[in-house]
Amino acid sequence: MKTLSWFATLGLAMALPAHADRLPLPADAPPSYQAECGTCHLPYPPALLTATDWKRVMGALDRHYGDNATLDEPTRREIAAFLLRHAATHNSMAANSNPPRLTSSEWFRREHRRVPESSWKDPDVKSSANCGGCHTKAEAGSFRESEIVLPTSRRRL
Amino acid sequence: MNVPLLPMLLLAGAATAWSATPRELAQSYTAEASRLIPGFQGSAQRGAEFYARRFAVSSHLPACSACHTDSPARIGRHAVTGKTIQPLSPSAVATRFSDPAKVEKWFRRNCTEVLGRECSAAEKADFIAFATEGT
Ligand code: HEC
Ligand code: HEC
Ligand code: HEC
Repeated sequence: MKTLSWFATLGLAMALPAHADRLPLPADAPPSYQAECGTCHLPYPPALLTATDWKRVMGALDRHYGDNATLDEPTRREIAAFLLRHAATHNSMAANSNPPRLTSSEWFRREHRRVPESSWKDPDVKSSANCGGCHTKAEAGSFRESEIVLPTSRRRL
Repeated sequence: MNVPLLPMLLLAGAATAWSATPRELAQSYTAEASRLIPGFQGSAQRGAEFYARRFAVSSHLPACSACHTDSPARIGRHAVTGKTIQPLSPSAVATRFSDPAKVEKWFRRNCTEVLGRECSAAEKADFIAFATEGT
């Protein structure tokens, strides 16, 4: 058990392996991250975008995916520094969209290739960025298969 | 020149995470509004109409109720991201309307999106009167 969880930690530390079902917020997350970036949507795990992507996100908060998420400068810097500290180093985590969406990365597409098209469009999910729409424990940073409930069927996968 | 009360409260809030009761907050908006509208009093009835009114400035966010449902006592859902939003009513969520800076931030954001402009102090006072009704 000890060894197992040690391996899990090591795995996460190594820039996210193919199978990562635990993505808790890093312990050094400033409280402002949850308060400012966790209200309209989940506070996304910083390891799911690259530093380049996060810089683009944090550099254009006044035009935030059709919304306005402007922050005062000290808070913006504090959050940006946190995101950059934990940003993905692997290319498969890079966004393939403008503005950068973690849901457009090669990694995200690969992990979700078996998800039926209808599930993304379900009114209960609304958006692929609504992780909690399928991952019932996403708020707690857990993405285990056993916790996934697809909306169209409301059955476990 | 009159020194506006609310910005003072907000300044105090920014420095010390100052907290207020919904009633105090409503009072400061009422005071601000009554400088423009003599004798102004917040009205839960007007607040209810405002809450449900379809401004239709934005096609996907026509009204406050688009995310907050048709009752402030109910659990809402963000119309774009799908995320759950806890009820606005302080009887359901005790921390509502207790942090002046937070309340101002969301009024500014949500009003700009739904109305295409900021809400007036009078509209805010009415809104709080409605959302806190029965608490
Ligand atoms: C006022 C609401 C609001 C706030 C506050 C907010 N966001 Fe967003 N965010 C959105 C909306 C709306 C979208 C688009 C979601 C969609 O298209 O499904 C979005 C999308 C995103 C995406 C892209 C998700 C994807 O893959 O599609 C990222 C990354 C993101 N936000 C990061 C942040 C960060 C970091 C903060 C804090 C600095 C923040 N957000 C604060 C509303 C907000
Ligand atoms: C429409 C439903 C749906 C949404 C929305 C969704 N996912 Fe998934 N996700 C799934 C399913 C189903 C799987 C399992 C796929 C499989 O096993 O083939 C999965 C797998 C994953 C995995 C891999 C878990 C493992 O066991 O290795 C991660 C990590 C993940 N999702 C993260 C996210 C994140 C982060 C978001 C939001 C940005 C998100 N998902 C949004 C349905 C969804
Ligand atoms: C796009 C979705 C959306 C719309 C439309 C919307 N809101 Fe909100 N509102 C939110 C979110 C998200 C929060 C913050 C989440 C939280 O605190 O639980 C929030 C919080 C608030 C708060 C903060 C209350 C507190 O003390 O915590 C007020 C006040 C508020 N909204 C007023 C309004 C008004 C007035 C309108 C209509 C003009 C409106 N909202 C429309 C999404 C929305």
